[in-house]
Amino acid sequence: MKKNKGMADTVKIVTDILKGFVFIYGVNIVLYGHLSPGGGFAGGLIIAFLLILMFLVFGREEIFRRFTRKTAHTLETAAAVVFLLLVSFEVIPGGIGLLEFFENLITGRTFRLVSGGRIPLGNIALGVKVAASIFLVFTVLAIFRETEKEEEKDDK
Amino acid sequence: MIEIILLFKITAAVIALESKNLLSAVISLGGVGFGLAVIMVFLGAPDVALVQILIEVVLLIILIKATVSRDETDVKGQGEYFNIILCIALLGLLYVAVLYVLAVMPRFGYALPQDPSYEIPSLVYLTRGIEHTGSANIVTAILLGYRAFDSLGEAAVLFAAVAGALTILRKAKKDEEK
Repeated sequence: MKKNKGMADTVKIVTDILKGFVFIYGVNIVLYGHLSPGGGFAGGLIIAFLLILMFLVFGREEIFRRFTRKTAHTLETAAAVVFLLLVSFEVIPGGIGLLEFFENLITGRTFRLVSGGRIPLGNIALGVKVAASIFLVFTVLAIFRETEKEEEKDDK
Repeated sequence: MIEIILLFKITAAVIALESKNLLSAVISLGGVGFGLAVIMVFLGAPDVALVQILIEVVLLIILIKATVSRDETDVKGQGEYFNIILCIALLGLLYVAVLYVLAVMPRFGYALPQDPSYEIPSLVYLTRGIEHTGSANIVTAILLGYRAFDSLGEAAVLFAAVAGALTILRKAKKDEEK
């Protein structure tokens, strides 16, 4: 019980097959957020859900070897800074020029994937941020509960 | 149709409140959230329904994994007499207030004036959103274009929530580093 080795082999195999599809679905929801229902928040939640699923199925050592909590912290903070820059171009001095640069960078006919100026960029930043945040909250709560359980056992 | 789902939601909420078992309370709470998602589908808001379903799934997992799986806490004791009377009085007051509000609200789905010469914001968003922002999904255009500062506030709230959780539960993190 001390080492959380995850669930049964059947669940592990099914998750192994499914994880790529779930990830691509989440990325799809994020990238097409300016064209179809969805967006950064929903897609980020799907990716966070995939991380939580892998945490539950494979155990925490496995997921922390690939995606450490430090990586999650870094991603979350970086995405927050990028999002802050993206939405505050109008306010910071000299920002209008930068905004026009971005609007010209991602230009294209409406209803195409590459269109919409800064809105797809904002979606991507928000998606990364939401995925990292929800995963961090989950890991903190789960590990907190597990250590509490172990301490109760030690007391007995 | 919406009224039936609303009744289902109210029933589930009452069960979640009154249930003595924590696990059944959490599952009833999930019923409330999924009912809300179905209502959003019926009202023609797929964005909100998608987010609602996802947040409900994640919330259910977090609640069960982090709260309930620890031990089955049975809530004991019964509510006090005075509290029940106060609750019923407040509910009656709320009922009267909601009746007054519903009387002056426009019919559902017809809040916009049909005359396009009105320069109210929501009409401008709907008619000229694509031209202004280049985003075909009007919800995203409002969230990240017109109302981007509100989205920044939401992101800041999320950031603060994560920072708070990490700070309060830091003891667990130290154990992890050992």
